[in-house]
Amino acid sequence: MNMNDAPLQQEDQGLTIAGKTYRSRLLVGSGKYKDLDETRAATVASGAEIITVAIRRVNIGQDPNAPSLLDAVPPSEFTILPNTAGCYNAADAVYTLQLARELLGGHKLVKLEVLGDEKTLFPNMPETLKAAETLVKDGFDVMVYCSDDPIQARMLEDLGVAAVMPLASLIGSGMGILNPWNLSLIIEQSRVPVLVDAGVGTASDAAIAMELGCDGVLMNTAIAGARDPIRMARAMKLAVEAGREAFLSGRIPRKFAASPSSPMAGRVA
Amino acid sequence: MQIELNGKPHPLPDGATLEQLIAGLSLAGKAVAVAVNRQVVPGARWLTHTLAEGDKVDVVRAIGGG
Repeated sequence: MNMNDAPLQQEDQGLTIAGKTYRSRLLVGSGKYKDLDETRAATVASGAEIITVAIRRVNIGQDPNAPSLLDAVPPSEFTILPNTAGCYNAADAVYTLQLARELLGGHKLVKLEVLGDEKTLFPNMPETLKAAETLVKDGFDVMVYCSDDPIQARMLEDLGVAAVMPLASLIGSGMGILNPWNLSLIIEQSRVPVLVDAGVGTASDAAIAMELGCDGVLMNTAIAGARDPIRMARAMKLAVEAGREAFLSGRIPRKFAASPSSPMAGRVA
Repeated sequence: MQIELNGKPHPLPDGATLEQLIAGLSLAGKAVAVAVNRQVVPGARWLTHTLAEGDKVDVVRAIGGG
């Protein structure tokens, strides 16, 4: 929805994805932390309810009783969103999520990402569309990492995905939102939630995403890679809330002219 | 017999089941999912799923990721 036309709402109704409503519009990844304690502390500080995880082969021979990620951020406390990080084709992505669904007891909300190359981690959109179609038909609720191309976003939507997640900039780059215009186009046309995924660097990036009208923001490196991840997690929580409140408040337009805030009448000057 | 487990050769007695494989890895009751030849096999079927020579088995878990 165009931000100038957004209706004023009394309070935020929450983020609804695949029929479930969440209070927090900040979603976080679980990678790149120093250890599981930090992973948990940052996730809790962020207020996030949805946390992404990667699916990987067990290291045979490693201590099976060592604490694992799902001990630190259990499915009983969080909505675990398995991803297909590291998949470069549709078949691998679909296979990974089938394993994830089994791992999480039939849980069907998933994040799809099909990468194009290792250097940019930019999505391979043809393979992403192929995987999305297969996954939707297999009953998954698919949140899709995608390019900020409004046509690709609409094609994903037409396939029946649960959310589209255009990148703000390259994964882990911290460059923030490079093309707010494309993002706005996607937000305007979309009938499913739009979440910025990838490239957020600091609080203002998250706030800007929300001010543009995004339904949520997903980030990992911005928090885990900060000097003080717990503090940054708190900052991001506030940024997403502030950005959302600003969006709902109906901002003043930008104009290339001054407009005094004090009345002219009664001046001593 | 020899199967491929997580990409590496792994010897098993003939007729071994998935249940026996998982128990042998000390992974019984742990949060893992298993596929044989890229077909997911639910936990309820491990007891009766007999492995064959050359089967490719993936045993996966959740780890930190964005």
